Amino acid sequence: MKSDTIAAIATALSDSGISIVRVSGEDAIKKINDIFVNKKGEHILDSVRSHTIHYGFIVSNGETVDEVMVSVMKAPNSFTREDVVEINCHGGVFVSKAVLSTVLSTGIRLAEPGEFTKRAFLNGRIDLSKAEAVMDLISAESKAGLTNSLRHLNGDLYNKIVDLRKAVLYEIAFIESALDDPEHISLEGYPEKLKSKVEDIKKETDALKDTFDRGKIIKEGIKTVILGKPNVGKSSLLNILTGYDRAIVTDVAGTTRDTIEERVSLGDVFLNLTDTAGIRESSDIVENIGVSRALKYADEADLILFIVDSSDEADEEDLKIYKHIEDKKKIVLLNKTDLSTSEERDRIRGMFSGNDDIIEISCTDRTGFDELKDKINNDFLSGRLRSDNELVITNLRQAEKLSEASESLKHVLDAISDGMPEDFYSIDLMNAYAAYGNIIGEEIDDDLANEIFSKFCMGK
Amino acid sequence: MTDISRNEWKEKVDICVIGAGHAGCEAALCSARLGFETVIFTVSIDSIAMMPCNPNIGGTSKGHLVRELDALGGEMGKNIDKTFIQSKMLNVSKGPAVHSLRAQADKSEYTRSMRRVLENQEHLTIKQAEIVKLLTDGEGSSKKVTGVVTNTGTTYMCDAVILCTGTYLKARCLCGESITYTGPSGLQAANSLSASLIENGIALRRFKTGTPARMDKRSIDFSKMEEQFGDERVVPFSFSTDPESVQKEQVSCYLTYTNEETHKIIRANLDRSPIYAGVIEGTGPRYCPSIEDKVVKFADKERHQVFIEPEGLYTNEMYVGGMSSSLPEDVQLKMYRTVPGLENCRIVRNAYAIEYDCLEPNQLLLSLETKNISGLFCAGQFNGSSGYEEAAAQGLMAGINASRKLKGLEPVILDRSEAYIGVLIDDLVTKENNEPYRMMTSRAEYRLLLRQDNADLRLRKIGHEVGLVSDEDYEKTVIKKRLIEEEIARLKGVIVGANKRVCDFLEENGSSPLHTGTSLAELLCRPELSYDLLAFLDPERPKLPYDVVEQVVTEIKYEGYILRQRQLVEKFKKVEKRRIPEDIDYDDILSLRIEARQKLKKFRPENVGQASRISGVTPADISVLLIYLSKESKNET
Repeated sequence: MKSDTIAAIATALSDSGISIVRVSGEDAIKKINDIFVNKKGEHILDSVRSHTIHYGFIVSNGETVDEVMVSVMKAPNSFTREDVVEINCHGGVFVSKAVLSTVLSTGIRLAEPGEFTKRAFLNGRIDLSKAEAVMDLISAESKAGLTNSLRHLNGDLYNKIVDLRKAVLYEIAFIESALDDPEHISLEGYPEKLKSKVEDIKKETDALKDTFDRGKIIKEGIKTVILGKPNVGKSSLLNILTGYDRAIVTDVAGTTRDTIEERVSLGDVFLNLTDTAGIRESSDIVENIGVSRALKYADEADLILFIVDSSDEADEEDLKIYKHIEDKKKIVLLNKTDLSTSEERDRIRGMFSGNDDIIEISCTDRTGFDELKDKINNDFLSGRLRSDNELVITNLRQAEKLSEASESLKHVLDAISDGMPEDFYSIDLMNAYAAYGNIIGEEIDDDLANEIFSKFCMGK
Repeated sequence: MTDISRNEWKEKVDICVIGAGHAGCEAALCSARLGFETVIFTVSIDSIAMMPCNPNIGGTSKGHLVRELDALGGEMGKNIDKTFIQSKMLNVSKGPAVHSLRAQADKSEYTRSMRRVLENQEHLTIKQAEIVKLLTDGEGSSKKVTGVVTNTGTTYMCDAVILCTGTYLKARCLCGESITYTGPSGLQAANSLSASLIENGIALRRFKTGTPARMDKRSIDFSKMEEQFGDERVVPFSFSTDPESVQKEQVSCYLTYTNEETHKIIRANLDRSPIYAGVIEGTGPRYCPSIEDKVVKFADKERHQVFIEPEGLYTNEMYVGGMSSSLPEDVQLKMYRTVPGLENCRIVRNAYAIEYDCLEPNQLLLSLETKNISGLFCAGQFNGSSGYEEAAAQGLMAGINASRKLKGLEPVILDRSEAYIGVLIDDLVTKENNEPYRMMTSRAEYRLLLRQDNADLRLRKIGHEVGLVSDEDYEKTVIKKRLIEEEIARLKGVIVGANKRVCDFLEENGSSPLHTGTSLAELLCRPELSYDLLAFLDPERPKLPYDVVEQVVTEIKYEGYILRQRQLVEKFKKVEKRRIPEDIDYDDILSLRIEARQKLKKFRPENVGQASRISGVTPADISVLLIYLSKESKNET
């Protein structure tokens, strides 16, 4: 199976100073050599040593496209284990695209998303959990998501799973050695011991698995809806949030024609803001079709930002909306603090439950937004994630395998309480062991035999 | 130097079996029974089916092998049923999958009895001779075996050869500083055949194993040991043996322990152990460690078990299980005499280690035929296994497949989901075993399905089709199978009402009462209720033989687990069916990692499942291989 040569811009398309065009495959060096010259105008790339970097120019039809630094990494000592050339060119969308199209003009194919990683995986350069982390990295835009991807890459997940596997394997080996050599090794009193050990291992597995939902929030963002009666400042809030913190804003087409989802980075998380501002409003607010749709979004949201005008009396309409979202995760925003007195605000506060989070803001003065940002970040990250350094599962396949392991461990506990014979425990322990192995792309091989012989004294 | 070149005597037979140990006996009986003129060669007629190490047949997972071999039409099970002196079902407190039968043999009776079977087998000739040369014809892929030459110069032309040389090839025995160039128990080694095999392009390696001392019964004080009895009701190994015929008086074994004093002596003399002094180059088995190994590797263990087992009814020799050693004689005496009950022991035969040539088994197909020489089959310890049962199982399969080759039929290959024998052979030819391979229940992924009690249900049919199982024996299995199915269906169909009589019965037996009608099968699933107990609620129950009830109970009680294993087997079979073309060029698959490519080139697996079990081949490599294979098959169509 010969692999063709592929190329892509490896850095985010933005106005940063440097962009990298990465090329990988059998013809990478030969083809880039054709479009790269050094200061003296010579094509030298086909004769340079691996892991060297060269100054020069990308040329096309005799014209200089860009001034570049080119690094050459020869197989197998590269990320993909193929020949890799990386062109460091000037940043900016226009220049990097021009360099890429020159590269593609040599017959090199544009890489599919994640194809470099796929090759790295297929060529055995990285294990499965690392490969998935790289794929996540490609799409992770928010900072928390990025850090989490990096932690996976560094092998934290790998190490954690290896530890769990090791613990399970030890128990299997013990049971198996006793089954194989019943006259030397006894299982008397063992089920009780195993029970508490398996409970611990299962707890850790479940904890890891439970991070998946939170992991999803980090990776995919918090589904957020801004609610409030007309003229309380919904649009102003939206405008401020989308402009806040020099956010990366991408437009994601909404599910219906009249909504747009705005992706906003706020501190370490994303808010996926459903803009209900565009929905037509009428005086009969609760019957209004637009509001009922807004309320429907609210039902599905992870977070509701409920805006009240603090300079006005809170009325029936506010309460109707509030009643609808009473059980939802929400933050009450008392807007227009620039127009209200603290007494007025306290009176409105009194209308809400003492458990509600209430933040005073002013869209005009732009006050209160740091508090809002910290509040959301705390609630969705550290507050629920226990600590910033916690390992979080963000990948569905990994989460499924962890569920599988957990399920198998549950079978073991059931078997123990049902008084099943010991050999049944090891069947399910083995399944858990295999599930862990699947996460890190390792199978069973001869691990078990080695463990049995090294840990337990058997035989005639 | 002898000169045998003037002997021009030539014989022509169908199949030559080299070696008459447990593998050779099964192979030769099988091919003769299938109608092929067979000669079996042994360096000594008196060593036919000899047991040079432990005096028992079976044990955990090995008992499974014997049962399977018997279901296929092998001889070992029948022979031990005739000659055992104690029998025990091991692991009875555990699940049915790990119950294992083990019998103490009367060693000399076992040998004599097997010899009698061989001597009376039609189409089979026994010949006392050492084979010194393998004859082949053709080159490269058309190379095939044509015959063998004996040490006296006689040539036997044949169409297939089955190598079952055990531990005899260039054997050397070590007992401390004393080295003798003999096979086990001082028997003549086979020193010439290795060179002929190498000349024919066969790669050999060196393995090592060992055996403990034998002691004079009269010098042992059994009062200081725990007596170990056989089972009250003996279960025979063979499905053809009448269970009543094996109920007889049994002899006892004895248990004692080593102590700190023993260990001190061993540690002080390690420099005189050929293994620790580096004299032995062969690799020894970890599961059957010498007492030196145990003391060194498990230094924190205060004592190790020692089993004193009789070698037969008419001998005073006792086997000292658990204390195999290659220490010199004086150290052996000192160390054995520290063990309670052995203070005054006299050694009849010293413990020793033995080193021998054996095959690099990646040269074998799953049929046990060599990849490079057509018609050359290998079995037993020569293939890098250990144990009488492992050897016999391979011998039978090699015998079956050599015969089928001569008939122009496809080989019989048992896979890992069908039999322990399948696991054994797949492991031997696919994995890199750096020590003699012993069967273990943990090696069988689907062991809940591969029970020793259902070997007949799994394999009798194959044995019958091959021609080794009689119509009569096969008919028994067919009936048994039908009775099992009928009884399971009946138990699932009979509903017990939630009335007072039933609820009282359940409460009396520590089981929770019913709220609604429940089937007998569901009640049987409760751990506290047995089939016998439920008779009270089951007046219509037919009278069924014990082995039928056993199957019914297992299938119902463990249904959930059995179902899950069956599902796994289905997944496994899919990959197993994916054949890899014989002429595949792994160098053409560029994305394969170098290590994986080397391993695949070395083992040349026959299917993707086998490829996935080669150590060093990762799941990622298998994905690459699968992608390549699907591309190839597209190209062809």
